[in-house]
Amino acid sequence: MKYAMKYIDEFRDQALAAGLARAIAHEADTGRDYAFMEFCGGHTHTLSRYGIADLLPPTLRMIHGPGCPVCVLPIGRVDMAIRLALSRPEVILCTYGDCLRVPASDGLSLLKAKAHGADVRMVYSAADALALARREPGREVVFFAIGFETTTPPTALVLREAARQGLANFSVICNHVLTPAAIAAILEPPGGIAPQAVQIDGFVGPAHVSTVIGSRPYEAFAATHRKPVVIAGFEPLDVMQAILMLLRQVNTGRAVVENEFTRAVTRDGNLKAQTLVAEVFEQRPGFEWRGLGTLPDSALRIRAAFAAWDAEAKFDLGYTPVPDSKACECGAILRGVKSPIDCKLFGTVCTPETPMGSCMVSSEGACAAHYTYGRFRDLPLRASDTPTPANQDTA
Amino acid sequence: MCLALPARIVELLDGDQCRVELGGVRKEISLALIDGAAVGDYVIVHVGYALTKLDPEEAAQTLALFAEAGLDPAASCAQGDRATPR
Amino acid sequence: MSAVKPDYARPLDLRTGRVDLAFGAGGRAMAHLVAELFARAFANDYLGRGDDGAVLPAPGPGERLVMSTDAHVVSPLFFPGGDIGSLSVHGTVNDLAVMGARPLYLAASFILEEGFPLADLARIVESMAAAARTAGVLVVTGDTKVVEQGKGDGVFITTTGVGALPAGRDPGGARARPGDVVLVSGRLGEHGMAIMAQRESLAFESEIVSDSAALNGLVEALYAAVPADAIRVLRDPTRGGLASTLNEIAAQSGVGMELDEAEIPVSPPVRAACELLGLDPLCVANEGKLVALCAPEHADALLAAMRAHPLGAEASRIGTATSDPQHFVQIRTGVGGWRMVDWLSGEQLPRIC
Repeated sequence: MKYAMKYIDEFRDQALAAGLARAIAHEADTGRDYAFMEFCGGHTHTLSRYGIADLLPPTLRMIHGPGCPVCVLPIGRVDMAIRLALSRPEVILCTYGDCLRVPASDGLSLLKAKAHGADVRMVYSAADALALARREPGREVVFFAIGFETTTPPTALVLREAARQGLANFSVICNHVLTPAAIAAILEPPGGIAPQAVQIDGFVGPAHVSTVIGSRPYEAFAATHRKPVVIAGFEPLDVMQAILMLLRQVNTGRAVVENEFTRAVTRDGNLKAQTLVAEVFEQRPGFEWRGLGTLPDSALRIRAAFAAWDAEAKFDLGYTPVPDSKACECGAILRGVKSPIDCKLFGTVCTPETPMGSCMVSSEGACAAHYTYGRFRDLPLRASDTPTPANQDTA
Repeated sequence: MCLALPARIVELLDGDQCRVELGGVRKEISLALIDGAAVGDYVIVHVGYALTKLDPEEAAQTLALFAEAGLDPAASCAQGDRATPR
Repeated sequence: MSAVKPDYARPLDLRTGRVDLAFGAGGRAMAHLVAELFARAFANDYLGRGDDGAVLPAPGPGERLVMSTDAHVVSPLFFPGGDIGSLSVHGTVNDLAVMGARPLYLAASFILEEGFPLADLARIVESMAAAARTAGVLVVTGDTKVVEQGKGDGVFITTTGVGALPAGRDPGGARARPGDVVLVSGRLGEHGMAIMAQRESLAFESEIVSDSAALNGLVEALYAAVPADAIRVLRDPTRGGLASTLNEIAAQSGVGMELDEAEIPVSPPVRAACELLGLDPLCVANEGKLVALCAPEHADALLAAMRAHPLGAEASRIGTATSDPQHFVQIRTGVGGWRMVDWLSGEQLPRIC
């Protein structure tokens, strides 16, 4: 029996891609350059994994944005989790797979801490961490929660459930962050960070964040900063169509929010999820982001009513900011000011095997995506090599 | 933004759980974040939870837009911004 | 007066018994385990002699010996399509086969954990015996050790194999040349995803079954179909998947490769399971597939020979080796753009965000 993946395979059709490529080339044929930022790490991954750069004209550049929750996680937050897991043998530290290899202080990561004796375990879902707490009443299960607004509702659900069950051995370290704040930081860099050196003509908006928050939150940016935003689905055709729609807006002098991902995104979003999140979380006054500095109204913390399940309160966890390695360009890359190959460490000291910064750890990070899928396009680093015969555009 | 996929609900289970199917693979996930889902509906699944239902009509319209864009770039531009959805 | 029968030994309790430390001590209990469980299942004269080693005949005229070894630590021990026993036979048989050798003899060493159920051990040994019979190899010598409870994961098995390489056959990772055709014998990612499906926190239900199988019959069919020299490289893409194997070959041979994603066979459930977990099928382990790089003028014949064999029914021509000083493996994606296929980096962690 043959199964196709419905609503996935049709959105990867090669013939339709070729048609969209022709339309994009035609629309971009105006004598000017274009630069669009895809905010979301998932879109960075799609662009790289499908080699979409080959289907775009050389005058159109995609800039990778900071929408990768692993990439924007500051070292100090990972240190917090590592310290907890190493200092308390009763703790089982659970997290999503992407977090395990983020390099933190003292040459450690959560995975390396595991090798040093910390009980660190990967879970696919927050619910798995809760279930683990029920199965192991003698242990303290701590869930290290990361993610933008897509991943926050599941964390809210398990916190509410833990409270309902009165589960005493479960808590959460909350690192959930907010998309609008990050986009604002790109458009209006906070004081102390050099202003944007590269012109961004428009944004490809996140797919699944938008299913939760809706398209409305982006309308403020489009209006205030006169930048078009097109919310795009995850598949390669979605991204290409969104690029086409951005081109059309720019070429007709428009700057509004459009929705390419109409099959899953509405203007209001998922109100049930939003209400649940508001019940469990509140905004932090400020939160440090890797590469963007401390941003106001950019992250969530657990409300006082759920303090018994807030690991930071329960274990009295302090936060110590830790600066990135001086040579690491993750910050500039996350803001779209530099590209991976501009970083001196890229591809030599810093690789997916030996990451120096978080942009190289997550497969959605700009550096990892470029290293894994796109570095064959770079000019050779050694003078003695001849250039590769294939397409020489940088992704 | 994060890894999420459309999958079809094949069975409703107790306590907001359901079983979904994607390409012949089945998995149990939670419907706690949405309302009114039924067997046969497609949902977007992320870290074990359905985030929203997928609208098949909108999906079909989006595919039609892709096809239209590829037919005659000059013609579809001349007709103005027909690609703007609601 | 009762008489003690000279050769009587109470049979092992294979139903409810468990491995205890005495089974590894080298004494009577161990000899008993070996005789009743291993020697009986593997049933050959070499093992039956009960010596410390097996005296093997010299290879035929013009033939050379090939040796290979593999440790097996798979978890869970039993999975759809196989178990650690059959896997340990197939793994080493395949390593010999892709060297061009006819696999002949295996040594099997077991590290058993105290408390491991004898019923499971019996199942594993029977499975090994069946796999060995199908592959036409003999398990001629072995070893058993027992470690205390908690110091081992049930059972670890290491197999070492010896085979005979006929004259004229010399496949090797360094032999690929630009223009050579890259072929794969069937659908990728089956074994790795069958194992993933058993992992507790990733639990999903599917029909995916491990492809664990002995490839020596297929390899003989290939050498019967084309001149030996045309088969430049043979390899089985196990851990790290096709991606790592092709990058190895590219580096060894000093070539690049260009592949076509549309030609790489992956079953729909494996594709879906990989999507669900954010994994790349090209990086997922296989245990019953081979990759071949072949001189272009013989590629059609080689492909036909693969497809004619039961283990190669889904074989496909997936690309070509190129001249590339960077040794990149590139692939034309499903939408027509190009990207790289890199080595598997670290352990595949399911991508969540």
